[in-house]
Amino acid sequence: MRQTWIIAKRELYAYFATPMAFVFIAIFVALTGAFTFYIGRFFDRGQASLESFFSFHPWLYLLLIPAIAMRLWAEERKSGTIEQLLTLPITTCDAVVGKFLAAWIFCGIALALTFPMWITVNILGEPDNGVIVVGYIGSFLMAGAFLSIGTCMSALTRNQIIAFISGAVVCFLFTLSGLDLVLNVFRLWAPEALVSTIASFSFLTRFESLSRGIIDIRDIIYFFSLIAFWLFATTIAVEAKKAA
Amino acid sequence: MTVMVDVDRLVKRFGDFVAVNGISLSVKKGEVLGFLGPNGAGKTTTMRMIAGFLTPSSGTARVCGHDVATDPIRVKQSMGYMPEGSPSYEDMSVRAFLKFIAAVRGLEGAEAQKAIDRAVERVVLADVLDRPIDVLSKGYKRRVGMAQAILHDPPVLVLDEPTDGLDPNQKHHVRSLIKDMAAEKAIIISTHILEEVEAVCTRAVIIGRGELLADGTSAELLKRLPDYHAVAFVVPTAQADAAAAAVQGVANVAAINTQSLDAAQTKIRVVPSQNAPILAAVAETLKGKGIAVTEIYQDRGNLDDVFRLITTSSGATKSAA
Repeated sequence: MRQTWIIAKRELYAYFATPMAFVFIAIFVALTGAFTFYIGRFFDRGQASLESFFSFHPWLYLLLIPAIAMRLWAEERKSGTIEQLLTLPITTCDAVVGKFLAAWIFCGIALALTFPMWITVNILGEPDNGVIVVGYIGSFLMAGAFLSIGTCMSALTRNQIIAFISGAVVCFLFTLSGLDLVLNVFRLWAPEALVSTIASFSFLTRFESLSRGIIDIRDIIYFFSLIAFWLFATTIAVEAKKAA
Repeated sequence: MTVMVDVDRLVKRFGDFVAVNGISLSVKKGEVLGFLGPNGAGKTTTMRMIAGFLTPSSGTARVCGHDVATDPIRVKQSMGYMPEGSPSYEDMSVRAFLKFIAAVRGLEGAEAQKAIDRAVERVVLADVLDRPIDVLSKGYKRRVGMAQAILHDPPVLVLDEPTDGLDPNQKHHVRSLIKDMAAEKAIIISTHILEEVEAVCTRAVIIGRGELLADGTSAELLKRLPDYHAVAFVVPTAQADAAAAAVQGVANVAAINTQSLDAAQTKIRVVPSQNAPILAAVAETLKGKGIAVTEIYQDRGNLDDVFRLITTSSGATKSAA
């Protein structure tokens, strides 16, 4: 645990050592704002809620989270520092979880910096702040799930661009599996049980209820088990490919 | 002396390719073992297995009694390892990087500071402590790699090509650093620079195509040269034929080569049969014939020749050994 935290601290330091962190946070905050106000028609809704704000998070994450995750392992392998890292007295699991935590904390910081949005709705009306808190928690959990996928893709290659694209594609599949666009294809022939299984894998379905303030323990378990699964896969990928 | 590193029939396969094929060796405290071999011979792969980065396909490696396969953390704790090219986190400053290493090594607060100060002093890094690693010269980067390896004062040091790409001054510095630490540690270095073996190693192994081809001190390795006892001398060209005829009569002489150095001087090289020492006999004979020798010396090969001999004809050497 102690080792995990030391790795996470170094990794966080690495994010902020380059302007990338600030660029990323600026883009994230600007885009959430733009989407909420313009595409989400925040004012036209006449509602004091952040529903339109949260509804764009899965789509933003689709693009931005693989960008955060892509360097985690691909860069270590490209520069050879993976050999330095994994010959220190830590386990591969320490390194995988530590790096993931750093990226997740970084996402958390970006998410927290959207607080002016929260202030805005509170000035304009009387939103249910409980719903908003749950929405933020849901968004953070979903970011973690996206990140765990991106981390695994990053461990599979030494090329950051490939890590980014494959991360985005896998995340896209997980997001999309809840849309009628995908589900209708299955509804034509598949039994209802299969359709609902596919739908249940969707980030959108899970996140939607959380963003409305509904805490279902199954959604929380879903996100955490997804993260655990992908981090486990990452550990295996790192072990298998570290020398390649 | 205690055995600190014990490698037993280590094998590493990558698919069908056998990178390391049954290497066994041991290193005691106070020894500096040189891994010699051409590029791609399996030196780095062997070191990576000892350092716990690669898992051996079969065989065992033990460091301070801990098995790399079953107790990798203990192995890594008791070892300082510098990977080839000493990769370190380039976006960090030297100080931040060493602090990170100290933290991972379980050193905190004043203890960590003491360890960092000691390592920095040893490798002479104080000038660049607050610079980011990516702007440092190759020599300084290598020193950062050395500093992280010796930070926790480990009983075992494994350094992969510690002097590769350094200028002569930097090489000298790294070598004297290794020699300074040798007494209280077991050290393995890899190199393909043979003078390095003579300069710092107490023992050397030659690795070729994943196998151990030779193991011994540099003097022992030199003795494997067929013309280890060859003698060369320089005489005035006028006397060259007489000199050649004279040494022909010396016992055990197998071959004589004449080479004219300039108009006035000729160098004659005499190679003995069965590696017999002939210097004294040759000198005696020349003196007896009244030949004016301007220079006479034992013209043994250097480690480069041994290296080439062993690594290019590994089959023949193995059967001889």
